[in-house]
Amino acid sequence: MNAEQPVLEITGLSISLPGGGDRKHAVEDVSFSVAPGEIVCVVGESGSGKSVTAFSVMGLLAKVLKPVAGSIRLEGEDLLSATPQRLRALRGDRMAMIFQEPMTALNPVLTIGDQIEEVLRIHTELGPEERRARVIDMMASMRLPDPERIHASYPHQISGGQRQRVMIAAALVLDPALLIADEPTTALDVTTQAQILKLIKELQGRRGTGVLFITHDFGVVAEIADRVVVMEQGRVVEQGPAEQVLKAPQHPYTRMLIAAVPSLKPALRQPMTGPMALETIGLGKTYRSGGLFQKQRSVVAASQVDIKLRRGETVGIVGESGSGKTTVARCVARLMPPSEGAILVPDIDIAMLPERRLRPYRRKIQVVFQDPFRSLNPRRTVGDSIIEGPVNFGLAPAQALERARGLMSLVGLQPQALDRYPHQFSGGQRQRIAIARALAMEPEILIADEAVSALDVSVQRQVLNLLADVQEKFNLAILFITHDLRVAAQICDRIVVMEKGVIVEQGPTGAVFSAPAHAYTKALIEAAPGKSFGL
Amino acid sequence: MSAEPSLIAAPAPELARPGANAMRRLLRNPAVLIGGTVLLIMALIGLLAPFLGTMDPGAINPATRNKKPGFERTIRADDGSSKVFVHKMGTDSLGRDVYSRVVYGARVSLIIAVSVAACSVFLGLIIGLLAGYIRALDGVIMRVMDGLMAIPAILLAIAVVSLFRAGLAAVIVAIIVPEIPRVVRLVRSIVLSVREEPYVEAAIMQGTRVPLLLVRHILPNTIAPLIVQGTFIAASAILVEAILSFLGIGIPPETPTWGNIMAEGRSLFRIFPHNILYPGIFLGLTVLAVNMLGDGLRDTLDPKMAGR
Repeated sequence: MNAEQPVLEITGLSISLPGGGDRKHAVEDVSFSVAPGEIVCVVGESGSGKSVTAFSVMGLLAKVLKPVAGSIRLEGEDLLSATPQRLRALRGDRMAMIFQEPMTALNPVLTIGDQIEEVLRIHTELGPEERRARVIDMMASMRLPDPERIHASYPHQISGGQRQRVMIAAALVLDPALLIADEPTTALDVTTQAQILKLIKELQGRRGTGVLFITHDFGVVAEIADRVVVMEQGRVVEQGPAEQVLKAPQHPYTRMLIAAVPSLKPALRQPMTGPMALETIGLGKTYRSGGLFQKQRSVVAASQVDIKLRRGETVGIVGESGSGKTTVARCVARLMPPSEGAILVPDIDIAMLPERRLRPYRRKIQVVFQDPFRSLNPRRTVGDSIIEGPVNFGLAPAQALERARGLMSLVGLQPQALDRYPHQFSGGQRQRIAIARALAMEPEILIADEAVSALDVSVQRQVLNLLADVQEKFNLAILFITHDLRVAAQICDRIVVMEKGVIVEQGPTGAVFSAPAHAYTKALIEAAPGKSFGL
Repeated sequence: MSAEPSLIAAPAPELARPGANAMRRLLRNPAVLIGGTVLLIMALIGLLAPFLGTMDPGAINPATRNKKPGFERTIRADDGSSKVFVHKMGTDSLGRDVYSRVVYGARVSLIIAVSVAACSVFLGLIIGLLAGYIRALDGVIMRVMDGLMAIPAILLAIAVVSLFRAGLAAVIVAIIVPEIPRVVRLVRSIVLSVREEPYVEAAIMQGTRVPLLLVRHILPNTIAPLIVQGTFIAASAILVEAILSFLGIGIPPETPTWGNIMAEGRSLFRIFPHNILYPGIFLGLTVLAVNMLGDGLRDTLDPKMAGR
C-alpha cells in the first residue's frame, strides 16, 4: 500500500522457548511490516506471542528467549544483529514504546517533566530551556490540561489517563519512526480509552509515525487499525487491511475471535417476575482513615444505592473505576460492613449483623471473583476448595466430595481433576472451578465481581454461557459487576449505571442501551470501542 | 463459539506435590548444603561428646594448669596401669581440658539455638497472626512489641536473667523475649497482605470460621519466611548466649559453654590464646553455618529475595 521503504519489516522471525514449555517456539515464522504513517494492530489472545514480537523489536526480550531465525529491520537496519549500544541509541530516537500500566512505567520519585526531558537529555544536545519548552509543547499537543503544572507534578498526582498521555508524550518527543504500543489502553476506563485512541491516531497521522499496536480487543482494532495481524499460538494466521479482516475474516480463528466479541445490542428479554431475592435500601459506604496521630479523612465510596434483584434475574452494575460498583458488591457480600442503609435478603436486614448471626446467610450469597489466579488457594487441591464451604456447614466430607464431582461435570470439567492443584488449570478453567465452589453452597444469590474481565474473549464467552446455564438450573439471582458494556448487554436483564458512588440510571437493559437517559450513560455507550464496525 | 467441549480434559496428575520440588531445589543449593553439613557435624559432635576422646569437662587438676595445646599428661588408674592423655587444645587456669569443654559446649549452644528459634517462632507466630487478623488487638500488641524492640536485646536479656536464677532455662527465656517482636512484625506483615487475597475472602464467603481460616489459608504463607527467620534467630541466640556467659551472667561457669570457656580464658588471653581461640573457632563456624543455611533457605523458599 505504500511505495516507500517500510518503517518496520519483520521476516520469518522465530523465537525459541526454553525447554519445558508447552511449545518449542514463542513465535514462529512471523512476517509483517509497518509502513510510515500506518497503524498495524497485532491481535491475539494470551499466549499468542504478540507481546514477545513487540519486545523483540525493542531488543527487550528476556535472556531465555532467543531469536533463532528471521530478521527485524527498522528503516532497513537489521536489529537482531545490532550491538546493545546501537539498540540503545535507536530506542527513544527511532523507535519508542508505551506500556499497559502507565503507573509502573513512570518513576514515582521524579517529576513528570524530568522524566520526559530525560529522553531529550540522553539523545539531544538541547539546553535546559529548550528542553523544557519542547516538553511543554509536546504535553500541550497531548491535550494535557495545564502543562506547566503537570510538568512539575509527580506521577501519583495525575490520573491514569493523564499518565498514559505523558508516556505517549515521552515516546513521541523525539519523533521516532516507529511507536510500539503494548495494550496501552487495557488498564484504562472506556471513556479514557476512547480519548487515548483518538489521540494516538491523530498524532501518528500528523507526524507520519508507524505504529505497531498490540491488543487483545477487537473493538480497539476496529477503532484504530489500518492493517491487522492475527496471531495464534505464536503464528500469524491472517493479515490484511482492517476493513477486510474485520468484515470478511478468512481464517477460522479470526472468525471465532470476532464472533466471540459480545455485541453491544442487547437481546430482547422478558422482565423477570420471580420472588425478590435481594434489595438494598439507601446503601452507603464511607471509608474512614486516620487514627490517633493522623487527621481523620473520609471518602464516600457509595451512597444511596437502591438495587432490587429477583430470583432468576441478572442485574448488572456498570461503571468505571471509582464508581463504587465493587464497594456495593463487597457490602452485599458482607466482606465489609456498609456504613448506612439496609440489605434485605429478602426480608432480613443483614447490613449490620455480626459475623456470628451472619453465618446462615453466607450460604445464600456467593461470590465469583475477578482474578482466577488468586481466588483459589494455591496450596489446596481444587476438591478441598470446593468442599470447604459445605463441610463448614456440617456436610460429611465424603458426601461433599460426591457433590463436588457432580458440580465439576456441571461446569464442564472432568471430575477426576478434583485432586489437582489450581496451578495446573488455565484461567478459564479456574473460573469454572470458582463457579463450582460457589454453587456447592447452593446459593440463591451469586455476585460476579468482574468475573470474566481477566479472561480472553473466547473463554469469556464460554464462562458467560456457563453462568447463564447455572442461573437457569438453580434459579439464581445474579448481581453482575462489570466495566464492560458489551458483556453487560449480553447477560443482564437490568442495568444499574454508577458514577462516583451514586446510581445515575437504572432500567431494563434494552431501554438503557437504546435510550440512555443520563449523560454519563450516553458517554459510556459512545466510548465503547468498535461501534462503527457493528461489532 | 458453539463448539464447546462438553467436558474439559483434566490436567495430567503430577507425581509429586509442590512441596517435594522445594526439597530437591534445597539440596541443590550450595549454601544450604555446606551450612547444613557443618551444622550436622556440630550436632554429632555434641551428641557423641563422651566418645570423642574427651575426659570429664568439669574435672579440675591443679597440676596441669595453663598448659599449651599438645601437652601430654599421664593418668594413673587405680589398678596401677597408666595411660597418656593428650590435651589437644591445652588446659585452662583450673587445669580442665579445653578440648573436652569445647566439645561438650557444643551441646549447650545447639540446645539454646534450637529451643530459642523454635519457641520464639512459635510464640511470635501466634501473636503475629492475632495482631494481623484481629484489628482490635493490632494496636495494643504492636505497641507492646515496639516497646520491647526499643530496649537493646542484650540489656533486656540481662534484665530477664537477673530476675531468675542463672541457668539454662533463664538464659533461653532471656534470649526469646527480645526475639519475639521481630517474628511478630514479620508474621503480621504477611497476614496483612494475605488477608486481602481473593482466596481468603472466598473462604470467608464459604463460612470458614476465623481459627480455621487462619490455620488453613493464612498460616501456610508464613512458613517459608519463618523457617528463614528461625535460622537467623538460632545464629543470634548462640551469639547472645556466648555474650551472656562471657559477661558472667549466663550459664553457671562450671557448665562448659563456648561463652564460659572464653570468659574463663579472658584474663590470660595474651599468654594462652588457645583458651579463647578454639571455642571462638567453633562458635564462628557454627554461626556462619547457620547463617549460610538461612541464606540458602531464603533463596530457595522465597525466590523473589534471591540474590539480594
